[in-house]
Amino acid sequence: MGLFENKMSDLHERLHKKELCVSDLVDESFKRIAEVDGQIQAFLTLDEEGARQMAKRLDDQGKAASLFGMPIALKDNMVTKGLRTTCASKILENFDPIYDATVVKKLHEAEAVVIGKLNMDEFAMGSSNENSAFQTTRNPWNVNTVPGGSSGASAAAVAAGEVLFSLGSDTGGSIRQPASFCGVVGMKPTYGRVSRFGLVAFASSLDQIGHITRTVEDNAYLLQSISGVDPMDSTSAPMAVPNFASALTGDVKGLKIAVPKEYLGEGVSEDVRQSVLEALRVLEKQGAVWEEVSLPHSKYALAAYYLLSSSEASANLSRFDGVRFGYRAADAANLIDLYKKSRAEGFGDEVKRRIMLGTFALSSGYYDAYYKKAQKVRTLIKKDFEDVFTKYDVIVGPTTPTPAFKIGEKTSDPLTMYANDILTIPVNLAGVPAISVPCGFSNGLPLGLQIIGKHFDEETVYRTAHAFETATDFHKKKPVL
Amino acid sequence: MSRITLEEVKHVANLARLAISDEEADKFRGQLDAIIGFAEQLNELDTEGIEPTSHVLDMKNVMRKDIPEKGMPREEMLKNAPDHQDGFIKVPPILGE
Repeated sequence: MGLFENKMSDLHERLHKKELCVSDLVDESFKRIAEVDGQIQAFLTLDEEGARQMAKRLDDQGKAASLFGMPIALKDNMVTKGLRTTCASKILENFDPIYDATVVKKLHEAEAVVIGKLNMDEFAMGSSNENSAFQTTRNPWNVNTVPGGSSGASAAAVAAGEVLFSLGSDTGGSIRQPASFCGVVGMKPTYGRVSRFGLVAFASSLDQIGHITRTVEDNAYLLQSISGVDPMDSTSAPMAVPNFASALTGDVKGLKIAVPKEYLGEGVSEDVRQSVLEALRVLEKQGAVWEEVSLPHSKYALAAYYLLSSSEASANLSRFDGVRFGYRAADAANLIDLYKKSRAEGFGDEVKRRIMLGTFALSSGYYDAYYKKAQKVRTLIKKDFEDVFTKYDVIVGPTTPTPAFKIGEKTSDPLTMYANDILTIPVNLAGVPAISVPCGFSNGLPLGLQIIGKHFDEETVYRTAHAFETATDFHKKKPVL
Repeated sequence: MSRITLEEVKHVANLARLAISDEEADKFRGQLDAIIGFAEQLNELDTEGIEPTSHVLDMKNVMRKDIPEKGMPREEMLKNAPDHQDGFIKVPPILGE
């Protein structure tokens, strides 16, 4: 059995008893990467020297902080001082950050060991990892299928046992969808719960850093370590950070669950529907009650999301201009030509498509019809959630309409690819927290249960997820590699 | 009827500072047309009197104390610059020939 099939608390106990040292954990990580990453293609950059130095320092010093000695990997859109950060884009291929993201600082303070940086869809735009400029990450359960995206490699690396856990970012489902596809636990915290300072911005009003683990318990511990207000991010929320692990009581008696009929409707596969209904029975047995509800504006979320996220992206990505950092095209005749050529040669097609869509939606004559309209629809979607949460504690449904799809299956039509995020996107528009936990299999591919909570109520989300996990074995299954 | 013309695609590419070939403009025109067409389903909704949401948290104008802090050293800031000289970033001429 691999070391990373243990929970963090078990590993800490073994470290404490000196049955194990941090260097063993770091060795396990690099050994596993050497064995399987040729197939999985999760890592873009490894920091073997830094990780081994850190392991030695921690072994000399003994146990202290909350994530002591735990090997972790980061999606490559969080800046790491002195460790290449690319956003899986040619435009940042050789970018060497000069500071650490706030989450990276917090991981260092918590004494986690950063193993390396993980592949993603370029600038987090995509649902399959096929939009990376460098490599296509594979799903460990079936290497002919996608791991999901955009944090696909963050999920694949944990599922393949390369690291104990990973960080990702979620703008429209980019943590939960890959967690579902790879059979691991993925959390998108409430917007503002975790600082975005040092996360390369895609759509600032939707982006949220979160994390992927094998168990709900580890997930709660990791959120504890990365949460909190940050003077460097004015959108981080000045809210007290509760003790998330103490919410894992196993008690869901009387919990009121809402199940939106729109989340089990058209486009959702039969296996997915059945797995969710079975999950509801599991929670019911433990004393929870559920009722069908409606989130009537769900079907409009996808369109609103693509207008808003692309508009914000078109502004955020204007900083990549070939002047101060990043790729610069050769032979530009003048400054405007330098901008145009550097961006045309540095960005991939999906990124260009979204920049152009966003520029169009924000341009004179179209702003009210597209951008402002989408912002108003966002208000309606947010209100759908507020209405349901006046009567219910959590909303439960599938994370994705289908299990992982085949590599290459959806690359030719952007709209088909976008439709895959239909159940995760409304959550980002409303800014509420949501988790995906393993809830079944379809033809050998994992399925995910999505549990959505009220603003800043990750505790109830964790309590529900933990009760479900405790009563089921799905999280214990692992891919054969 | 198409919602976005080839000329508009080229105009948008110019606004976005993206060099684009005729062939690419044609490909993006079809794709953007489909996406914009899809987005027009929002018009089914009456949003008269609905306030737009730009941000989900109830926070506005978050200010910090106006105390200067030390910036990054210049050498560090120039480390990722594609071209620089004497502590300045170099770019091609801004004015014409």
